[in-house]
Amino acid sequence: MNEQDSTQGIPIPEGAADIIDTDYMIGQDNIEGQVGPFGFDVHNPVFLVSGLTIVAFVFYALALPEQASDVFGWLRPWLTSTFDWFFLGAANIFVVFCLFLIVSPWGSVRLGGKEATPDYSYIGWFAMLFAAGMGIGLMFFGVLEPVYHMAISEPLGVPSPIAEDGTIIPENVEAAKNMGLAATIYHWGLHPWAIYAIVALALALFTFNKGLPLTIRSAFYPVFGEAIWGWVGHVIDILAVFATLFGLATSLGFGAQQANAGLEHVFGIPNNITVQVLLITVITAVALGSVLRGLDGGVKVLSEINMAIAALLLVFVLLAGPTATILADFVSGLGAYATEIAPLSNPFGREDTGYMQGWTAFYWAWWISWSPFVGMFIARVSRGRTVREFIICVLLIPSLVCVLWMAVFGGVAIDQVLNSPTDSAVKAYVIDSYVPELSLFAMLEGLPLATITSVIGIVLVIVFFVTSSDSGSLVIDTITAGGKVDAPLPQRVFWCTFEGAVAIVLLVGGGLGALQAMVISTGLPFTAVLLLMCWAILKGLMTEAR
Amino acid sequence: MFSNIMVPVDLRHLERMSKSLQAAADLARLYSARVCYVGVSSAEPSDLGHRPEEVAARLSGFAKAEAAKHGHQGASHLVINHDPTTELDKALNDAVEEVGADLVVMATHIPNVTDYIWASHGGTLALHSPVSVMLVRG
Repeated sequence: MNEQDSTQGIPIPEGAADIIDTDYMIGQDNIEGQVGPFGFDVHNPVFLVSGLTIVAFVFYALALPEQASDVFGWLRPWLTSTFDWFFLGAANIFVVFCLFLIVSPWGSVRLGGKEATPDYSYIGWFAMLFAAGMGIGLMFFGVLEPVYHMAISEPLGVPSPIAEDGTIIPENVEAAKNMGLAATIYHWGLHPWAIYAIVALALALFTFNKGLPLTIRSAFYPVFGEAIWGWVGHVIDILAVFATLFGLATSLGFGAQQANAGLEHVFGIPNNITVQVLLITVITAVALGSVLRGLDGGVKVLSEINMAIAALLLVFVLLAGPTATILADFVSGLGAYATEIAPLSNPFGREDTGYMQGWTAFYWAWWISWSPFVGMFIARVSRGRTVREFIICVLLIPSLVCVLWMAVFGGVAIDQVLNSPTDSAVKAYVIDSYVPELSLFAMLEGLPLATITSVIGIVLVIVFFVTSSDSGSLVIDTITAGGKVDAPLPQRVFWCTFEGAVAIVLLVGGGLGALQAMVISTGLPFTAVLLLMCWAILKGLMTEAR
Repeated sequence: MFSNIMVPVDLRHLERMSKSLQAAADLARLYSARVCYVGVSSAEPSDLGHRPEEVAARLSGFAKAEAAKHGHQGASHLVINHDPTTELDKALNDAVEEVGADLVVMATHIPNVTDYIWASHGGTLALHSPVSVMLVRG
């Protein structure tokens, strides 16, 4: 008697041969129930263990702040100086692996099956990639890094154009300027996006093509087999939740301090804990609203708004600054990046350890510790793309946008430092005294309409935090629900609020720095994990229809 | 009076829907109407299936079983949504038009305190849908 069945946008599958045959039922380890009137559906034990461990670490950081600070304050530089070769080498492998996938026959494999169509338009997709991936960093480091690398860190031994007495050394200017941009773009270009692309591709492949749940453990099925449903998988997922929540909470705490510094700089609003707690509360409340409105109605909309405002600010700085010089910087920066990427990525025999260990290895550890969160979010919104399209769009296009951003913001700042070193606010806050949170506002001060653009800058910083916070809450909720993306709404509210609460507790009680150092330290084990993922991706792709 | 009845179903919680399913079947027989069982799912693998096609097949099987059991015309319609947790209301409202329904029969929970925070899906559909909505308490 059945008359007709229909599905919306679902093609007939090419065949189910590529689905991984496992007896594991998604949600089989979940506990469903009610707390009062609120429903929940969480993975046992990932939800409970990760929640309790996070609380335990917060208590540790608060109860023994000096010890926590000593341990993790020591751990992070020790890791980046001892394992610098490992971070740099692994990141190079990720880039080469991604570039190989573009030209390999597996590039034509489509995420979600041969007939799948993309869920999002290019604009919406890029906006979400950026907002989750590195939006906030562009705001913070866009001015700081190019100037710092040009004048202070001396990558590859390229000498600074600024003498000890503050005068300009003309013969050093050109090379240092190019190196400043190249060394910055190196940290924001192909390498970080390759790290995200590996994690995202692995998760998208094993979720949409292989039928495994959307959790980090699924990417390791080819390595561990059915064991991923046991404690091996629990540990991977718990670590991912841990890195994501602490990464977000500590960034939120520091972000509130930065936004507060900006507000003080522009409006004279007092820079104190009360204002910062208020800022975290506002950011968390807006993120909560976004999470409640969902992926399309909240996260995507906010990401698009943010992208539009960021693009406007970029265009303004481009036009208000020395446009011709900036465009020339863009070209020469890109050229310098192409020329210097090989020596900058070389892990051995370097003498510029301040740059290589203090910046590059630190960055790689940072990107890698964020990769479970950003990669999983990218995976979720990338269904329907081919592997080739996916890598090009996640690797090459964001890298180009970063080059443009750094060339514009860094180019203007460098121009201000070199052309008027005595009254450059950028020089005062980056070179003379290190106040990184004010570097963006210092650069904007040298352009017209500084108050308006500074306010836009503060708004952007805040909204970028909201977009990280809401996408992070979605990711944590999915992992702790065993890969279910339709778990009850109160769980998202819980994670979003919990993240804000952890940030406030750490801000008030101290411990932000210690726990952020700990998060970055998770970059080391995750680097090994990502190398395994490359192998898992190859294994997975080999069984896919091309 | 009605020719096409839409019945939103959650295949995970069929035990909570026995009354609404029975009411829909009775109405279908009374008016010789077709019943279209509508499900909303994400594209990600879930406990209902590794791929959307599996979920669609399961929903279709359920529709066939209901049709055979109650003796009415049955159909199924699966909506794939990016975020069913938050977009269920809109997905169901859109589905009314997609399946051409002129009546919705839907299970709904007994009101509780959470309704002051999040309105029930049935209540929201009744508020916004252009067609009649019959809400059946579970």
